[in-house]
Amino acid sequence: MDWLTYLVLPLIKIAIAIGSLLLGVMMMVLAERRVSAWLQDRHGPNRVGWHGMMQPMADGLKFIFKEDLIPGHVDKPIYLLAPLVILVPALMTWAVVPFGTTDPTQVPTLFGQPFKFQLSDLNIGILYILAITSLGVYGVVLGAWASNNKYSLLGGLRAAAQMISYELSLGLSLIGVLMISGSLKFSVIVAQQTDIWDWNIFRQFPAFLVFTIASFAETNRAPFDLAEAEQELVGGYHTEYSSLKFAIFFMAEYLHMIVGSAVNVSLFLGGWHLFGIENIHWAFSILIFCAKVTLFLFFYIWVRWTLPRFRYDQLMMLGWKVLLPIALINIVGTAIILAF
Amino acid sequence: MFGAILWFAFPINKPGDTLLQNALFFVLGGVVVISALCVIYFRNPIYSALALVTALFAVAGLFIILEAYFVAAVQVIVYAGAIMVLFLFVIMLLNLGDEESLEDRLSWAKRVAVVIASLFFAEVFYITIKLVGSVNAPKVTSGQPVGDPKTIGELLFTKFLLPFEVASLILLAALIGVITLVHRRSDERSHTSSDT
Amino acid sequence: MHPSLTHYIGLSVILFCIGIVGVLVRRNAIVIFMSIELMLNAANLAFVAFSTHLGDTSGQIFVFFVMAVAAAEVAIGLAILVNVFNIRRSIHVDEIDSMKG
Repeated sequence: MDWLTYLVLPLIKIAIAIGSLLLGVMMMVLAERRVSAWLQDRHGPNRVGWHGMMQPMADGLKFIFKEDLIPGHVDKPIYLLAPLVILVPALMTWAVVPFGTTDPTQVPTLFGQPFKFQLSDLNIGILYILAITSLGVYGVVLGAWASNNKYSLLGGLRAAAQMISYELSLGLSLIGVLMISGSLKFSVIVAQQTDIWDWNIFRQFPAFLVFTIASFAETNRAPFDLAEAEQELVGGYHTEYSSLKFAIFFMAEYLHMIVGSAVNVSLFLGGWHLFGIENIHWAFSILIFCAKVTLFLFFYIWVRWTLPRFRYDQLMMLGWKVLLPIALINIVGTAIILAF
Repeated sequence: MFGAILWFAFPINKPGDTLLQNALFFVLGGVVVISALCVIYFRNPIYSALALVTALFAVAGLFIILEAYFVAAVQVIVYAGAIMVLFLFVIMLLNLGDEESLEDRLSWAKRVAVVIASLFFAEVFYITIKLVGSVNAPKVTSGQPVGDPKTIGELLFTKFLLPFEVASLILLAALIGVITLVHRRSDERSHTSSDT
Repeated sequence: MHPSLTHYIGLSVILFCIGIVGVLVRRNAIVIFMSIELMLNAANLAFVAFSTHLGDTSGQIFVFFVMAVAAAEVAIGLAILVNVFNIRRSIHVDEIDSMKG
């Protein structure tokens, strides 16, 4: 029954992972509107369904039924390619994140095979994450260029400069984690954080700080949303997109948030571990992971609706003169501690 | 019988299976060659850059078939993630359009180029078939894993320490070079602003 | 027919020659740079193929050095191009002839 192991099980896992991601995006869209309303002391959408739970459905239908407009001045092949290029890497990152227990003694069996809650435990897991994140910029840049519009182009150039700058800090902050764990595998890194005091947030706090800020910048969200900056650039790189294509750009932003939170939780917040509750049953490990990711996503929304946008020079200064030195000092410090 | 059909129908990642490797090699090789041709064929630099990104990805795929996972990841991070974004950035910044028709004047250069390249190709290809084909020994498999991050790291900091340091110097030189090249001197700036 | 070393080296040679043609035929400086990247990648492919088939990691380490040099070369080259474009408003290599080269 080889084909079962090599084909059916991965396909089931992929279906579960992508399905739950898209469901998460729907919930996030609603959560963003409700939480922002709560932070601003108003009600937010609460009419469609119970507490507005069906609002994402209504939004989705609206996007589908809008006219799909392709402006005459765009570069058509690249204009059509850009939403796909931004969506696919966002989904691909999920492949290495363990979203539940991967302990072989705990996982349930399906068709006589252990069903680990991770699509693929690559032995270069973290490098894979870095490689895929570095592709995120293409969708933005191509969409911006193909739109053939000066505001879009400005947004795209800003996004490219911002994402390249913050990728450095992102990658360097992970090196501290790697030095402690001694492995690029996600399952190993998560397994090392069983006890709460072993969580990398305590052992590698500067790295956690840098990683979190850099991942905020990579998702292009406030206070780092200079690529969109609706007050100056109309809407930035997705100005010329309408209907479902705009919806894809919109979805990709939320996908990036969810995936970024999941990676952060796995690397710094102990993944699916919490006080040993995960040992009771495998279902608890998934619940713990989801709860942690949800908390982190709330943090994302909270930050967006609290902080004002950076100025461009402040953004570059934060990236190059604050985060990068912190990440480098963290590496040196970790090396010194490990050496003695 | 049924099992045998399934074995060939789903040649996915089975240990010791070369069918998939084979198919992947030819598919990825085809992608590499076609997208490389596109790089030099497209007139718009953005399209060339995208074709080059495709080619780089396919080469990364070939690295994965060759079980050099670390190099494959670095290929994507460095080439696709950094170098090509830099290319796109500059193309967009300069807002380059299609090439002008000055090319037509140089059609003789094109013919000479193709002749030279095909001569070179024939020569190297002949040597490859002749030499590599004759010493095409079966794959050496020592106990030590080839190309996993740990082995590479150890080699890089022991046997190849000097080249490693030289590489870092090259990058530093490039860094300083770029800054001096694009830095606007204060006397140039003083035309527009009064500070310094 | 398992993809042997010869296949990889053959592919590498094809890629390298496409790069040569690109450098010789194209007149746009940025595309010439891209063709050079193609040639460097052909070398990388050969390095990794030899490394895997000989069971020696050294080949893969050379790839890192090639990548470092490529990154440095691209950064410097593009900086020069931006400067040339600012002065001449073109990056067509035949029009950059003020040195009478």
